Amino acid sequence: MAGIKTTAVKMKKIIFLGATSGIAMEVQRQLAHQGCELLLVARSSERLADLRADLSLRGAPVILTYSADLSSVQQHAGIFEFVRRKFADFDTVLLAYGSMHDQKESEVSVDVLLEELQANFVSASAILMLFAADLERRRIGCLAAITSVAGDRGRRSNYVYGSAKGALSLFLQGLRSRLHPAGVRVITIKPGPVQTSMTDHMPNAAHFADPERVARDIVRALVRRAPDVLYTPKVWRYVMTGVRQIPETVFKRLSF
Amino acid sequence: MPAILRAAAPGSLLSYGLGRSYGDSCLNAGRELIDCRRLNRFLGFDESTGTLRCESGVSLSEIVDVFLPKGWFLPVTPGTGFVTVGGAIANDVHGKNHHCAGTFGTHISEIALHRSNDGLVTCNSEYNTDMLHATIGGLGLTGVIAWADIRLKRVAGPWIDAESIPFHSLSAFLDLSRESNDRFEYTVAWLDCFAGTNLRGIFFRGNHAADKSKKFHPKRGPKLPIPLPGWVLNRYSVKAFNAAYYKLHACKKGPAVVPYDSFFYPLDSVRQWNLIYGRQGFLQYQCVIPETNIEAFEELLDRIARSGMGSFLGVVKQFGSVPPAGMLSFPRPGLTMAFDFAMRGERTLKLMQSLDDIVLHSGGALYPAKDARMSPALFEASFPHWRSFVPYIDPKMSSSFWRRVTEAEA
Repeated sequence: MAGIKTTAVKMKKIIFLGATSGIAMEVQRQLAHQGCELLLVARSSERLADLRADLSLRGAPVILTYSADLSSVQQHAGIFEFVRRKFADFDTVLLAYGSMHDQKESEVSVDVLLEELQANFVSASAILMLFAADLERRRIGCLAAITSVAGDRGRRSNYVYGSAKGALSLFLQGLRSRLHPAGVRVITIKPGPVQTSMTDHMPNAAHFADPERVARDIVRALVRRAPDVLYTPKVWRYVMTGVRQIPETVFKRLSF
Repeated sequence: MPAILRAAAPGSLLSYGLGRSYGDSCLNAGRELIDCRRLNRFLGFDESTGTLRCESGVSLSEIVDVFLPKGWFLPVTPGTGFVTVGGAIANDVHGKNHHCAGTFGTHISEIALHRSNDGLVTCNSEYNTDMLHATIGGLGLTGVIAWADIRLKRVAGPWIDAESIPFHSLSAFLDLSRESNDRFEYTVAWLDCFAGTNLRGIFFRGNHAADKSKKFHPKRGPKLPIPLPGWVLNRYSVKAFNAAYYKLHACKKGPAVVPYDSFFYPLDSVRQWNLIYGRQGFLQYQCVIPETNIEAFEELLDRIARSGMGSFLGVVKQFGSVPPAGMLSFPRPGLTMAFDFAMRGERTLKLMQSLDDIVLHSGGALYPAKDARMSPALFEASFPHWRSFVPYIDPKMSSSFWRRVTEAEA
C-alpha cells in the first residue's frame, strides 16, 4: 500500500547470537518491521520456530535460524560455517546472550562460577573473534554486544556476573581499537536492569526498564551513528559515572 | 501458564495487560496479577480473509503498525492504541464506528483460553460458544486468553476523510448523528461541559481514504514527565481551553484529510497525558442512556455544567443496534457520554453519585472499564443478567472491581 514510509536502513543483514533473550527479541521485532534480513542463533529450536512466524509477519523478508548452544565453544565452528554458506554477506552481529545465576550459587559452587564466566565472557569473546576477523577482512559492518552496567564496578551482590560482563566490555574496547582502521564499528551496549526472563525472579523487577524502550535505543545505535558505548536507558551513563567515583574504602562498605 | 493457574489459590489471580482501564477492573488488590505483556507474538495471518491470530498481550498499536502498511486496519478501535488484544476483548471495547461495526468482540472469531481446571480451551462459533460470549466483555474473569483470531478489515490507506461540524443543541447533535451514521463509518462528538443549557460541541465524522499525494510519517509525540500541580486545571483554565478548542474546530469546520492516528488516537500523541491531572488523578464517568430518555441526558449535562467540575475531555456518541457480542457487553442502543473529572475528593464523588441517580432512573448503564466507584445496585441495574455469567468465571480468577460490585453475594 502506498503512503507509509518506513525509515531507510543502511544495514540489512543481521546475525543475532542469543536470539531468544528478552532484549534481542524486541530488537528483532523493530528491525523486522524495517525490513531487515535476520539470522537467529539460539538453543531452543522450538522457540526459534515461534520467533520465525512472528518476525515474518512483522516484515522480515528473510529469516534463517540455527540451533546451537552458544556457551559451548566447540559449537562455534558449526555456527560460523552455516553463516558462511547461507548468510555470507551479513553486515551486523548482535551478541545478546548471557546468564545470570544467583550470586550465592557461584560463591559455593565452582561449577556454577565457571559456567557463569564461560557463558558471559569466555564463549562470548571466542565467537566475537570469529566474526571480527570476517568483518575486518571485508572492511564493513558492525559488531555489537550486550554487556551490563554491572560490569562497571564489582559489587558485593553481583560480582561474578559483573566481572564477566566487565571483562567482555574491556575485550570490546580492545576489539574496537583493532577494527577501527578497517572501518568496522564495535558497540558496547550497557543496559541497566531490564524486565526480561533473566530478571523475573528479582524482587523489584517491576521497576526495571521496559525491554521495548531499551531495544529502541539499541536499534538507533545499530542504524545510525552511535556512541561507542551505549548506556540504556540513558540515565545509567550518569549513574555509573557517579558510582565509579566512589572511593574503594567507602564502596567496600556498601551492601548493594 | 497452566502451572501458574494450577498453583494459585482460588480467586487470587487476574490477567494484566497495559493497565489502561480507568478503574479497578484491571486490579486485584492484595492478590496477584499475571503480566500478559510478554504474550506478544503474532502467530499467523490469513491474507484471504484478513484473519489475524495473535497472542493476547499484543497491543492494538502494534497491530496497526504492522498491518496498516499492508492495507489492513482494526475492525474496531477504542480511543487509544495502548491496550492489549486481551484487554480489548475482556472489556469488549467500542469505537467511533459502533453504529455500523459493533464492538471489538463482534470481530473475534476464535479464542484460546487458559482455564485452571480444564487447560487450554478453544472457543469459537461451534465449540464452547458460551465460553466465547462470556469471555468477550468478561473482565478477564473467565481465564487467561492465550490468543485470539481477529478479523481485520481492508482499508484504502492511512488517511481519514474527516469533517468537523459545530452544533449548538442536543437535538442538533442527534440530527447530525442520524444523518451521518448512514454515510460515515466513524462518528463522535466533543462537548463543552461548561456550556450547560447553551450546549455547544463539535461533531466529528470520517471515512477511510487513500491520499496518494501525501506521504505518511509515523511520529512519536512528547511525554509529560511529571504530574502537573493540582491547581493548573481549574474551572477557569479548562473553560478557556474548551472555548479555544471550540473556536479552533469551528474555524476549521468542513472536510479535511487527516492521518489516522490524529483522528483515532489524539491523546496517544502525548505520552502519560494522564499526569495532567496531577497526583490526585481523575475519574472518568461513562454511561449510556436510552434514546427514549433524552431529558435524562440533558439533566446529566446540566448537572455537570452547574457543578463547574467538568474537564476538557467530554465525548458523546450514538451507539448502534448491533447485538452485543458478550454477556456483559456495555454498549447498547442509546446515547453514551464520557467525561473526565479531576479527583477533588468528596466533592467529586458526590457529583458522580448524583449522576448515578439519573442513570439509574433512566434505565441506563455504567461502563465497568471506566469505573472505580459504582455501587452494587447500579451494577445490578446496568447488567441485570450478571448472575448468569457467574458460572463461567474461572475459580482462580477475581478482580477488585468484581469483588466491589458483587460484594453482597460474595
